[in-house]
Amino acid sequence: MAIVINEQSRVLVQGFTGKIGTFHAEDMIKYGTNVVGGVTPGKGGQLHLDRPVFNTVREAVEDTGANASIIFVPPPFAADSIMEAADAGIKYCVAITDGIPTQDMMQVKRYLLRFAKSQRMILTGPNCAGTISPGKCMLGIMPGHIYIPGHVGIVARSGTLGYEAADQMRELGIGISTAVGIGGDPINGASHRDMLELFEEDPETKAVMMIGEIGGPQEAEAAEFFKDNMSKPLVGYIAGLTAPKGRRMGHAGAIVSTAGETAAEKVEILKSAGVIVAPTPSDLGTTMAQAMNGIS
Amino acid sequence: MDIHEYQAKELLEQEGVKILAGGLADSPEQAVYQANVIGGSMWVVKAQIHSGARGKAGGVKVCHSTDEVRAAADSMLGKKLVTHQTGPAGKRVSHVYVEAGCEIEKELYFSLLLDRAHEEVVLVASSSGGMDIEELAEHSPEAMIKIHVEPAVGLQDFQARALAFALGIPKAGLSQAIKTIKGAYRTFRDFDAIMVEINPLVVTKTNKVIALDAKMAFDDNALFRHPDILALRDKSQEDPRETAASDRGLSYIGLEGDIGCMINGAGLAMATMDMIKHAGGEPANFLDIGGGASPERVAEAFRLVLADDNVKAMLVNIFAGINRCDWVAEGVVQAVRNMELKVPLVVRLAGTNVEEGQQIIENSGLSIITAETLADAASKAVAASRQYAG
Repeated sequence: MAIVINEQSRVLVQGFTGKIGTFHAEDMIKYGTNVVGGVTPGKGGQLHLDRPVFNTVREAVEDTGANASIIFVPPPFAADSIMEAADAGIKYCVAITDGIPTQDMMQVKRYLLRFAKSQRMILTGPNCAGTISPGKCMLGIMPGHIYIPGHVGIVARSGTLGYEAADQMRELGIGISTAVGIGGDPINGASHRDMLELFEEDPETKAVMMIGEIGGPQEAEAAEFFKDNMSKPLVGYIAGLTAPKGRRMGHAGAIVSTAGETAAEKVEILKSAGVIVAPTPSDLGTTMAQAMNGIS
Repeated sequence: MDIHEYQAKELLEQEGVKILAGGLADSPEQAVYQANVIGGSMWVVKAQIHSGARGKAGGVKVCHSTDEVRAAADSMLGKKLVTHQTGPAGKRVSHVYVEAGCEIEKELYFSLLLDRAHEEVVLVASSSGGMDIEELAEHSPEAMIKIHVEPAVGLQDFQARALAFALGIPKAGLSQAIKTIKGAYRTFRDFDAIMVEINPLVVTKTNKVIALDAKMAFDDNALFRHPDILALRDKSQEDPRETAASDRGLSYIGLEGDIGCMINGAGLAMATMDMIKHAGGEPANFLDIGGGASPERVAEAFRLVLADDNVKAMLVNIFAGINRCDWVAEGVVQAVRNMELKVPLVVRLAGTNVEEGQQIIENSGLSIITAETLADAASKAVAASRQYAG
């Protein structure tokens, strides 16, 4: 099962022929992802990595039956590419691009609301490492080999901290159903909460790990969702205990600007909702192992 | 990116917001000259630094003679002003803004912000001006008026009118208040701002509506399409180490601790710093070297971290995805060889080709402490820093 992507996913690469797009498309193909083609406006009709290139996403979808896409388009044009994917009927889109203007993302989010919920594209990112359903499909830039197939869902803002979590779990023999990076921007596609909802519905996922960070309201929203709607155990971690107020810690969205956005406050919110919080980032794997002991 | 008050006022004035007559000065003599050009018998001399709360720190002075103007400018220029927003290092005042005085009837708070929960721009206002937004939120949340702007259509006239009425603007000032609200919104939208704050927005005894102060911050990701805004950047207001880092595509933030950090990825960097804290230490910095950890980038990062004299140990934590641990290890070994590293160095590698990476470090013959896990790395770094400090 897994969520959002699986062995049936037919993947388009937007920004296919560029250096970064090419590098990661090769890596995804090597992993076994079914990359059916790519889009680079003006290069339609060519072949790249033995796959067809299209001028528009719509043409690509009509020709290949693609249902997922990954975006490596540079920041000034990336929001447009996301909306093009949604318009063409892509169901799941990962935006890797870092540096998309916030107002562009506000427009993207409004645009997605034009579609009925059943038809609406799920977007994750931008500024993320992508999504992987181990052994089935990799739609991202992560090192695929650190994820073993299994029953834990991961949702993380940070790429490398998500790798750290998967790696710690692998050491303990704990596998992953799907790992989703939602990215470090202040306005992003799917939220922690949205992913928890999908993991709760997925029969293959038995427990979930949520890795948040300072800034923004999403971890608190997720905690509320967990309390009211989730039956599966949730392990949480919030990065940024030492982050000073008002400073942007690398990610555009990792900044404490109002009450409730510090790591300490978010940890309290998670705990009071019944989330099992890993005491340190070195305990992500062991905390999950303990959480899974209670289920079988 | 932040800009100065006088720059923010210029941008707002172009959109119909009323400001008082004023001029910039970089010497006490020039301040007096500006006061004479403005005329009248009352002026306000204001230190131009990228920070709010300047008044409490002695950065805003009301003057009733040109002698007072000269003295006020002299007391500020060339000095470092420390406010609760600047940190203990403070910020250097290289310019003062001399502004005409006015008779205030009413002080209001008005700002535009990004509401991350609603994913919209929100107008926040209050009839208790002068306080900052945190004080407002804490002391009188009920007095805060919030109006959300639908991004597809932008701010509507009825919303601006509703806000002006809610603020209790007298009839004679209403049309200027509405102009101000709409003008500030256009400035926010058109220049990709992430914050516009007019605090206080005042109503004078003659019912004029004037922006007495202005603060603005812009979305760094959108600066590529606003060269005119980028031209307003004042690097003297930034931490020079952070500026040097951003010029090299690295993300660095200086902190107060003594363990230097070099990590790939913002989240892992924050987590590593958390781990240092759990191990009883304090990080000296945040540093994300990003995806491509080439030997050149690693060397640049080393130089940045070690430029801080407080650093008593350095911790490198790389989870290699796109990078390979052997490349990163080569980079670290090269950097250590090329510079005289005095403080102890702890390196933790994970991910792709981790064994090869560790091998390279062990075979280098350098006294690098290796660590397997995040916890191991942090406790070794803390121990090494204490030993080094003696």
